[in-house]
Amino acid sequence: MRPDQPLIDWAWIVDHLDDIAFRLAQHLALAGIAVAAGFVVAFALSMWALRSPRVRALLTAIAGGLYTIPSLALFAALVPITGLSVLTAEIPLILYTQQILIRNIVAGFDAVPAEVLEAANGMGYSSRQRLRTIELPLAIPLIVSGVRLAAVTTIGLVMVVTLIGDNFGGLGLFIKEGIQTFFATKVYVGAGLSVLLAVVVDLALIRVERRLTPWAASHGALASLRELEA
Amino acid sequence: MDLISGAIAWLVDPAHWQGTDGIPIRLWEHLWISAASVLTAAAVALPVGSFIGHTGRGASLAINLANIGRAIPSYAILVIVLPISLRLAPVVGYEPALGLSEIPTFTAMTALAIPPILVGTYAGLREVDRDLVEAARGMGLNEPQILFRLEVPLALTVILGGIRTAGVQVVATATLGAVVAYGGLGRYLIDGIARNENDRLFAGVILVAGLALVVEAAFALLQRVVVSPGVLVQGSGRRPGPFRELAEVPRAAESPPV
Repeated sequence: MRPDQPLIDWAWIVDHLDDIAFRLAQHLALAGIAVAAGFVVAFALSMWALRSPRVRALLTAIAGGLYTIPSLALFAALVPITGLSVLTAEIPLILYTQQILIRNIVAGFDAVPAEVLEAANGMGYSSRQRLRTIELPLAIPLIVSGVRLAAVTTIGLVMVVTLIGDNFGGLGLFIKEGIQTFFATKVYVGAGLSVLLAVVVDLALIRVERRLTPWAASHGALASLRELEA
Repeated sequence: MDLISGAIAWLVDPAHWQGTDGIPIRLWEHLWISAASVLTAAAVALPVGSFIGHTGRGASLAINLANIGRAIPSYAILVIVLPISLRLAPVVGYEPALGLSEIPTFTAMTALAIPPILVGTYAGLREVDRDLVEAARGMGLNEPQILFRLEVPLALTVILGGIRTAGVQVVATATLGAVVAYGGLGRYLIDGIARNENDRLFAGVILVAGLALVVEAAFALLQRVVVSPGVLVQGSGRRPGPFRELAEVPRAAESPPV
């Protein structure tokens, strides 16, 4: 950031490829664990919410309320309790995924047409069979778009974890060190790679969705993205 | 709860209501940069959103750009702008301090506010019944008249909804400015962590969350005052159209405030 430095010092990047790869992997791992664990929790809670409108209203309110707490504060609040462990990073990350995931999972199951459910009942499906073979596949597009949003958001949030402690935080650590030492290259490596990571993960999840729903020719917003790609 | 009582004690201490690090000054800094960002974003997103909503041209491009914009974390924008705005200070001739704090914060917050306003405006206009637009055209209204007398009043709820989402997100996220030495309420969070003062930290949390709620309520009130009562009655009896869901999407993509 000093005027005498180039904005990006390529030699530094080449010298630190190992370090960059390690923090990129750490970033991906922190985000991956949070989204995977968050998905398991959100799926269970959504099944519960689908049975009772009361539970649904309650969960929506709690997940929405959590969203108004600045993440930096939530991370910091956990430090006295869980110390500077991975849990301090993962608990808020998992909590923050719930709002998006529960909403989309519930909406996905809600979107299954009532006629389809009745037809399945008429054909003698048990409720468990119906859930697994009829409802779940039909809900997949909305569920996957929830996972995409959650993944992208979480990748952004992992950068903030670094402000609490240096042991974890993946690419955010480059940004923090870059700001502290006025070294722009580090800032750009951290910020650039995290944006790239978010975009790559988003595109990869679109692929996953297409694999899971080979019968669907288009899914609204997805279709327009495909048009752009084509 | 020690944390909460400590934070409340911190909040009511008169010493924390005075001077440059006092609550009134920090609140003012927080509010003005948030307002400037949302107004700038609206100045960009309202005309663009109206154009694509009215004509239907360039919609998928704009919506996809807005989606990509949402994928880029505000923190990343903030720190990407920082080295550039510092470097441009002597070239353009503004104070280096502006390049260190105000410019990165303002840029990141404006970028955060554009997608919800753009998508809200587009979705609101698209949701207006096409038959009404045809009827207006048949009655001899020209395109600007259709836009301003028919589409905008009918779409106002959804448009204001987009601005409301943007406002709440910006107020909550402007705390990030403290990372680049800007003031605002984020100072209490960053300084609280740096100095290991939990009371200061949680007082900051209460102030930011409270401000976000106040802004949300203010916009709800504004919506009630500005939107024509006829539209509200009609709107409440109608099932929300498919575009309404599109307008709700930005809410889901909100990142939790930093």
